[in-house]
Parts: sequence; C-alpha cells; structure tokens
Amino acid sequence: MASRTPIVEIRHLFKSYRRGDQILPVLNDIDLDIDEGEFLALMGPSGSGKTTLLNLIAGIDRADSGVIQVGGIEITSLSETDLAQWRASNVGFIFQFYNLIPVLTAFENVELPLLLTSLSKRERREHVQVALNLVNLQDRMDHYPGQLSGGQQQRVAIARAVVTDPAILVADEPTGDLDRVSAEEILELMERLVHELGKTIIMVTHDPRAASKAHIMKNLDKGVLNEHRQTYS
Amino acid sequence: MNIVKLIVKNSFRHRLRTILTIFGVAVAILSFGLLRTVVSAWYAGVEASSASRLVARNAISLIFPLPLSYEDKIRQIEGVKLVSFGSWFGGIYIDEKHFFANYAVEPESYLKLYPEIIIPKDQKKAFLQDRKAAVAGRILVEKYGWKIGDIITLKGTLYPGNWDFVIRGIYRGRDKTVDESAFIFHWDYLNETLKKTAPMRADQVGWYMIGVTNPNLAADVAVRIDKAFKNSLAETLTETEKAFQLGFISMTEAIVIAIKLVSFVVVFIIMVVVANTMAMTARERIGEYAIFKTLGFGGWHIAKLVFGESLFITMLGCALGIALTFPAADIFSSALSTYFPVFNVAKKTIYMDIIASIIVGMVAALFPTWRAIKIRVADGLRRIG
Repeated sequence: MASRTPIVEIRHLFKSYRRGDQILPVLNDIDLDIDEGEFLALMGPSGSGKTTLLNLIAGIDRADSGVIQVGGIEITSLSETDLAQWRASNVGFIFQFYNLIPVLTAFENVELPLLLTSLSKRERREHVQVALNLVNLQDRMDHYPGQLSGGQQQRVAIARAVVTDPAILVADEPTGDLDRVSAEEILELMERLVHELGKTIIMVTHDPRAASKAHIMKNLDKGVLNEHRQTYS
Repeated sequence: MNIVKLIVKNSFRHRLRTILTIFGVAVAILSFGLLRTVVSAWYAGVEASSASRLVARNAISLIFPLPLSYEDKIRQIEGVKLVSFGSWFGGIYIDEKHFFANYAVEPESYLKLYPEIIIPKDQKKAFLQDRKAAVAGRILVEKYGWKIGDIITLKGTLYPGNWDFVIRGIYRGRDKTVDESAFIFHWDYLNETLKKTAPMRADQVGWYMIGVTNPNLAADVAVRIDKAFKNSLAETLTETEKAFQLGFISMTEAIVIAIKLVSFVVVFIIMVVVANTMAMTARERIGEYAIFKTLGFGGWHIAKLVFGESLFITMLGCALGIALTFPAADIFSSALSTYFPVFNVAKKTIYMDIIASIIVGMVAALFPTWRAIKIRVADGLRRIG
C-alpha cells in the first residue's frame, strides 16, 4: 500500500501555447497532489493537456504560472541547468516510442543516464546489470534496439528510467505502440516498480485497460482536472 | 561506454555520407597541402639562402654584366672574406621542354662559398682540374640517366653555339632546401670561348657572390661594395642572398598570391560541405538531442556531441589528406622537378593542414550546435512522435 505523503504538489498551474497570433490555453488552474508510491493514470481526449501536464511535472517544459513542487523542491523556479541536473537524479522517463539511441546497445542505452554521475565504470556496469535483470533482459544487453521487439525495447527504456533510482517515473503512453501481450508485460513491470521498489509513477494513457492498473485515475479535459477515481488494484 | 565512443558511433550512422565527407575533407587537405607546398617551393631559394653571403649585380638590371676586374676590388673591401662569380648560361638540353638551371661559376671559390653543395672528393678534384668539366645535381642526373664521364651538349641561347661539357661530378644537397637539379660548369670555359667568338663579351660576369666575415655586418659590407663602384660605368647593387632571391619572387608575386588565395578557397569550400553535413545530422537528431536533455544532459554535453562528431570527421579526413599529400608531392615533384627543384612537404604545411581542419570542424559545428542547444525538450520530443 502506498504511503500518504505527497511527492508532487501542484498549485494554480496555468499553461498555454502560442500559435501565430492566437494563444491556446492548455492547462487551466490545475491543483494536484500525488502521493509517494502512487501509480497515477492521467486520461483524457487528444489535446486535453495530459502530456503537457506530464512534461511540466517532469521538468521538461515551463508553466506560464503556478507552482510545482516535487520532493520538496519547487522545480518551477529552477534554472535550465539546475532543472537538467534535477531531472537526471529524480525522474525516469518512459516514452511511447521508447526513444532508445539506435547506435547504442541495450546495455549502453541503460548506461547513458549514469554517464552524468560520478560512478566508476565497474559501478556503472553493476547498476546496468541490476536494471536489466529487473526487466528480465540480461541476455539481450548486447543487442541494438533494432534487434529487439517493441516490448523488449520498452523494457530497455524502463531499465534506463530506473537505473539512476529516481523517485518518480513519468510514462507517456508506454503501451501505445505495443501489442496486447507486450502491453500487459509492461504494465505488470510498472506495477512491480510501484509495489516492490516504491516508485511513484505518473502515466498518460488513452487505454482504459492500462489505466485500470493505476491506483488513481484522473481525467483531464479542456485543461481542467475534473474527475478522478480511486482504483487500487 | 563514454562520450567518445558515442561520437564515433554517431559519426558512422550514415556511413556513406560520412565516408564521402571524410573523402571530401581529405581531397581538400591534399589540395591545400600541395598548394602550400608549391608556395614553399617558390620560396625554396629564399629558405636556402645564407645570412653570410651577399650578391652583387649590375645596379641597372641583372641582365647587364659586371666587369671581371671588380673581383679584386671587392676582395679588398673591409668585411669581405671570399669572392666568387658566375654567369647565367641559359643553355638548352635536347629542347626547350627539358629546362634546368645551368650557369658558369668560378668553381674553386664557388664551392668554398657554398659548402651545402656536397661533391665526393675525387669528383671534386676531377671537376676542378678539367676546364670543360661540369657537375650536375643528383635529381638531374637521375632524370636523364647521366654518368660520370658522359659528354653533355647544351645549345646556347645567350651564348650561341653547341657547348660540350663532361660530367665530372654529381652533387647532393647538405639538406632538403638545396636545389639538386642545377648544372654548373667552369666560367673560364665560357670566357675563353667568348674571347675567340665574341671578344666584346669576354671578361664579364653576371653577378658576384660574396662571403662576409661577420653576418651581422653584411648590410654594412653591401653598402661599402656599392660605394666602391659609385659613379663607375657599371654601378653595383649589393644585397643579401635572401633579398636577391626575394627579388626574383617579387616578379611572380601575383601568381604566389593567387595560389595562396586558391588554397584558402579550397578550405572554405570544404567548410561549407562539412557544415552542410553537420546541419543535416543535427536536423535529423533534434529528437535525440531532446532525449539526451530529458535524461539530464545539458547544453555543454550536446555541444560536445556535435563538435566531437564534426571534429572527428574532419580530423579523419585531415589524417587521410596528410597521408596522401606525401606520395602526391613525390609524384608532383618528379613531374615538375625542372620548375620546382625543391618540392618538400614542410612541417609548417602539416601544421597548417591540422589547424585548417580544426577550424573547419569547429566552424561547421557552430550552427548545428546552437540549434541543438536551443531546441526546447518538449518541442524536440514532439518531433519524434
């Protein structure tokens, strides 16, 4: 069971995009608390602002106004450099299209975030092996992304996301490009990360089956978080 | 894994494009190196000149001679150690296409004044003893397959008639700056013949070569020599050997400037080619750079990736270009030995190759790096899907 301490606190968050002369509001006065160890699914129609909200929480986009605190740090006031450093040690990313570097092996892809740490080569190797064991891909560490199936690539991406042991994992449609069986495997893996390692996962998805694995499901529509449903599984 | 490995892997992601770019840089560096070597070859005479030697010629022009009688007067001037003299012969071997420098000198003093011309002792002795003897440089001898004892006939242009010489020696240069393709013979042979065929032209020399006791006083000695012949029928213009050689180059300065310009244009063109390659690379990888940023890599890391790849490609091309420059220079040298008797790829040229490549690599990476750093992570990720 997840603890009740909020790891993410969002207050009065506004975000809009400019398209030519037009300003398109995307997020409108969002307030949100996400507890540590929680598995949150963000749902909503296309263009509702799900990915934008996820990007803001992960520190890869800037809000127009409002405050986002993650693990007690107000990331909305950090500089680009500080934000990059903060992301490196606090957030793991899982993308719909895996976003692995095609010229690097599975091992090297997972090792990538560790290049920013002060770990020795031996320590990095140990960390990568643990991460690849976790996703059950230790026998594919020398394979290039092009030599792996979609599901396997996503598992490598998850290994890359957890290798620095971040508190939060953000996942944008992690099963969107996978067949049902692979999607199921990925979701099970994500559940394990929450239950066994105590990670907090924020997942954007269109898939109700994927969302059903989350503890909490929130719906975002026209920039407003207007309903939620507790779904402890 | 480290960033260098990633740079190498990235560089060969589009193998054909990278190989073609490397080849392009190599050809540019080869061209640049050869053109700079041509410029160096132009200045070879200047490089080989000695600070302790002066050249005195007719003040009006080099084509006007000086009286032989000046020799003793020059020798008596304070600061003069040694005096020799020579005349340009301008003879043709076989036909005009087989050009090489040939001139008459007073052999004993000339060889003392030019210790960089190395002749085996026995050959030197044979050369000095025989008035019809000549010595030829190693390159010239190799080119025409001459041997000691061969009789070589030159057709005179400035001095009409067919002139026979016996090869008595083959000289080598003490170092690479010495021209090894000249043909040198006794001034006495020329003068004695002129006394019979054209007495008005006898007892005249083309220029005096003067060794000074102290190189630091060379300028003062030159002034003294010119002063000694002031208001005579043939006033002298005495200058250091270097200035004398530079005087020749100044006649063709426009060509040298044109070659230098072309060499820099070649570098500029390849800079544009590499910049285009790097711009395409950066455009294709904007999404990837966004991923790197997402993972926490900063602008400095992205810059290292782009600059590293650009420099890796250009330096590979540079290494290949430099490696090709030496055999190409050898081919060039043997084909144009008559025009460029000293054609060596200088260390300075290699350094210029390397510096040019670094500049090309850096400049080509500037714009792509700026783009890669400036892209917002969310925008970059949106491009991937």
